[in-house]
Amino acid sequence: MELILIFFSAAIVNNFVLAYFLGICPFIGVSNKISSAFSMGLATTFVMVVAAIVTWLIYHMILVPFNLDFLQYVSFILVIASLVQFVEMFVKKVSQPLYRALGIFLPLITTNCAILGLALFIVLREYNFIEGIFYGVGAGVGFTLAITIMAGIREELELADIPKPLQGAPITLIVAGILALAFMGFSGLISV
Amino acid sequence: MKSKLGFVKEYTKGLWENNPVFKQVLGMCPTLAVTVSAINGIAMALATTFVLVFSSIIISSVRKLIPSQVRIASYILIIATFVTIVDLVMKAQFPDLSKSLGPYIPLIVVNCLILGRQEAFSSKNGVLRSALDALGMGTGFLIALFMLGGIREILGSRTLLGFQIMPDFYEPWLVMILPAGAFLTLGLMMAYFNSIAINMKKKETDKIIEQYKKSKAAKTIEAGA
Repeated sequence: MELILIFFSAAIVNNFVLAYFLGICPFIGVSNKISSAFSMGLATTFVMVVAAIVTWLIYHMILVPFNLDFLQYVSFILVIASLVQFVEMFVKKVSQPLYRALGIFLPLITTNCAILGLALFIVLREYNFIEGIFYGVGAGVGFTLAITIMAGIREELELADIPKPLQGAPITLIVAGILALAFMGFSGLISV
Repeated sequence: MKSKLGFVKEYTKGLWENNPVFKQVLGMCPTLAVTVSAINGIAMALATTFVLVFSSIIISSVRKLIPSQVRIASYILIIATFVTIVDLVMKAQFPDLSKSLGPYIPLIVVNCLILGRQEAFSSKNGVLRSALDALGMGTGFLIALFMLGGIREILGSRTLLGFQIMPDFYEPWLVMILPAGAFLTLGLMMAYFNSIAINMKKKETDKIIEQYKKSKAAKTIEAGA
């Protein structure tokens, strides 16, 4: 039950993009088309889950026993960067269609603050291993949800007559604001 | 370019012309997340500026030693080191601020503004120029965060830097201190600055067209067209 709560809390109530502002760069940059936004969401979810597992292990197996907490940020970012690199090579080797779908997005994920944010939140909230995995899956699903909805709205916006100063980033931010208001409707649903 | 004016320009271009937030749309995560109040915005911007300036100095001075294949990883390592310093100092000296900024201080590591400046500027320019460029970008970031935080604090909780600005009968807009308020405020501010820039550009082109019409060269162009 606890695990389901963590999942929904990360996916909907405390959505990474709309409540914590993590992963705004891809959220604004890659939300032009539904198909690419969805692929980006899937790639991010995948890296998030793997990163949650690996950083949890590193933090609790290496950094804490040897009193090296101060290396937390340096080691996390290194792990995430090499992980993304590794995932890219692995996907390329195993599945060509998947690589073609996700390929160009994978390098972008390194600088996605949602991944490092996830690793930091797991440490901050003292989740255990299983809880950490569920939190990672929830955060990834939430990110996919937000970026896909946003892409859907932006596809419609292409047809709209937007005033010139509002074109590009401003209208995207305003739409995101309205989306955040909509997601606020879920707050109070779960208090985690 | 090597004149004194060039150095001044490296600093001032970050303030408005290439403002990291309003013009380049970089570093959005901390911009939106911490600007619930003006003081948070200032603290965040100062921390970012510190990291930006020192990593720019280090990277520009070792730029010829780093092989280009591993440059991004090396940049991130250098940046992460300075972020760790900032985080430890803030935890020791300003525990309240550190608590209210929470995980967004460590997240400076992945702030695309910092990595972007290293890739676009420090890896190609000397130490002094890179330091000035970083300082300018940091100041531009500070201006943006202070404006955003100030507006949100005044409208959302009646105060600015903790002093009451709005009268008591003013009902604070709760939405401004919620996440939605951050998106809306920044979107509207960007639109406003864009409209100023568009107007300025229009005036400039009008002026040039006017001058062209007066000169003889314009007549030949018109005839040619």
